Formats: sequence, structure tokens, C-alpha cells
Amino acid sequence: MNELVWIFISALLINNFVLAYFLGLCPFLGVSGRLETSFRLGLATIFVLLVTALCSWFLNTYILIHAPYLRLISFIVVIASTVQFIEMVIKKASPALFKALGIFLPLITTNCAILGLAIFATNKGYGFVEGMVYALGAGLGFTLALVLMAGLREETELSDVPRLIRGTAMNLIIAGILSMAFMGFAGLFSGA
Amino acid sequence: MPKQKQDAYQEFIKGLWRDNPVFVQVLGMCPMLAVTNSAINALAMGGATFFVLVGSSFLVSLLKSWIPKQVRISTYIIIIATFVTVTDFTLQALVPEIHKELGAFIPLIVANCMILGRQEAFAAKNSVRLAVVDALGMASGFLFALFSLGAVREILGEGALFGVKLFGDNFEPWVIMILPPGGFITLGLLLLFFNWVKERKDQLAGRLAEAEGEPS
Repeated sequence: MNELVWIFISALLINNFVLAYFLGLCPFLGVSGRLETSFRLGLATIFVLLVTALCSWFLNTYILIHAPYLRLISFIVVIASTVQFIEMVIKKASPALFKALGIFLPLITTNCAILGLAIFATNKGYGFVEGMVYALGAGLGFTLALVLMAGLREETELSDVPRLIRGTAMNLIIAGILSMAFMGFAGLFSGA
Repeated sequence: MPKQKQDAYQEFIKGLWRDNPVFVQVLGMCPMLAVTNSAINALAMGGATFFVLVGSSFLVSLLKSWIPKQVRISTYIIIIATFVTVTDFTLQALVPEIHKELGAFIPLIVANCMILGRQEAFAAKNSVRLAVVDALGMASGFLFALFSLGAVREILGEGALFGVKLFGDNFEPWVIMILPPGGFITLGLLLLFFNWVKERKDQLAGRLAEAEGEPS
């Protein structure tokens, strides 16, 4: 049990996917303009992460032991088809949610946090339960970083910033400061 | 022929400077930041991306009339993933230390949106020759960006370049620069520098146009 808590906290805060591993930066910089949309995108990403963790565990245990060199190709195909499938289900089941998510849903495919999760979980040799906990932690961490960033960006839009630094340059520097703050979590478990 | 040559040259320069994938288009950020804590890692990552981008651009533009439109994105992804797998195993065989250091980020080249973007925006619509030239330019631009970030971070963070100490013993390294926050901040400052250069150029062009317009 303790092990699972550790995996969760580590993925959520200490090794935050966005701020420590630099995964999923494209949505992090691209979609974090509004608090509302970034929260929804975070939820969709958590869902895809969980499904991917399940699929990659299945592939690793039953198929890829026979053909390890196909790992990357099969992961990316699984992720792309999962996203496509979820898109179709949501479109059928809840058109309102589909409309709200819009273009962000298909874009989840190119979010490297998803592929990164599958690869990291494989490298660490996580089993089924550990993999799911890891995915949940990583997804919540991604959402947390996205929401924090969106809040800060909404704030900066109203302030008087030199024109030259506006846009990506400033967002990156803000992300750097956020990342520095998250580094403070690194000592969380070392004392125990 | 001379015109064709010039076109190809333009395509190349476009990727290297004017439309630099990192500094101007802000694509491919994930590998960009994660592995640039030293110049040598940055070069290895840049080299791997170079090979994948040029190879898949070549193949995509060669096969473009056979790829059905509906499944083109998946086809591109599979082509890219194939090249990445080849690169992954090659690096593992030739330079195991660097492969270990880059770790999971070599397979993650697949998810580099810059590569997929080039296939969709350029290779699928142009001749094989132009597609390869474009890929060469974009890949060089990416390599250049990776290297500048890696070099800055290694010089400030360890006081060294390619592992060779640059300063005397009195230099206190800024450890923060090789940690994640340093990556974000350095890239932010580099982008700021690029904005500044562009602004200066625009102002200069504006002033030139004004000076030319005055006599009339």
C-alpha cells in the first residue's frame, strides 16, 4: 500500500510530468489560455492516460514479450486508435461534451505525456495496479500544472507587460518559476 | 535550373532561420527541454531527430500518391515510428552511454509534433527533392536550437562545454540551469532574444521604407 502512495505522490508532485519531465508541453503552452478549457482538457487527458495504461499493460504482458522491437509502433497505434474511439463514443453519447472539448480531443494523440507514460511504466516494470495508480497520478499532475498555468496566464493578460516578452517567452519563464516551486517537493519523502 | 536551385536554397534557409521550428514556430518542445542539460546530449538528440525527419520526409513524399487521404495521419505516424525504432536500436548499439542518458526520450521522438507537422504541411504536397531539402533545413534548425540551448545550460550549469572546464576553480556553477527550471527559463530568454532581433529587423525595414518614400 505504501508503495502505491509513493508512486502516486511521485507522479503527481515530485516528478510532475510537465514541470519535471517536460512531457505534454504542447497543450501546456498552447491550451492554457483559459481556466475552463484547460480543466476540461486535463480531465480528458486523465481518461486517455488510464485507458492507455490499461492497454499498454495488456500489450506488454501478452504480446510484446514475443516481439519487443514492435513496442513503440504498437503503443502509438494503440494510443491513436484509443483517442479516435473515445472521440466517437463521446460524439455519440454526449454531443455537448464533444462540442466543449472540440479540437483538443484529437490533439491528445500528439501529447507526448501519453506515450511517455506507457514507456516509463514499461521501463519501471510496473504491474497492473501500479500502472493504473501511476497513470492517475500523472494525469492529475498534468491537470494541476495546466490549471495553475492557466490561472497565472489569465492574470498576466490584465497586467502591463513589455510587448516584446508577451506570449511564449513569458509563458516559458513563468513555467520555469512554477517548476522551481515544484522542486521543493523533492525532499518530501527523503526525511522519512 | 538556377531558379530551381534558388528555390531549394530558400527552402533550406527557411528551416534554419526564418521559420526555425523551435524559436519561431515553438514546436517540438518536449525533447527540446528534456535532454538539453549538456551540449553532447543535445547534439545526440538533434542528430537522431535529423535522421528521423529526413528519412520520413523522403518516404512520405515518395509514397504520397499511394497513401489514402483518410488514414494519412496514422500512416505518417507509423512511418515515423519505424524510423525512430531504427534510430533507437542503432544508438543503443553504437553509443550505449548516450543512449542510457537520453533514456525514454529517444522513443518519444515519435510524438514530436514538428516531425508530423512537416509531413502534413510539406512532404505530402511536394516533390521528393524539395521535401528532403525542406526536412534538411528544418532538422538543421532544430539541431541548431537544441545545441544553443544545451551549450548555454552546460556552460552556466557546470562551467564546461563538452565536458571541458571553461573557467577556473573559482567559478561557482549555477546548478539550477541543468535542472528543469533552468530549461524553461533559458528557452524563454532565447525566445525573447529572437523576438528582439526580429523587432530590430522590422524597425530597420520600416525606416528604410520611410527613407525611400520621402523624396516622392
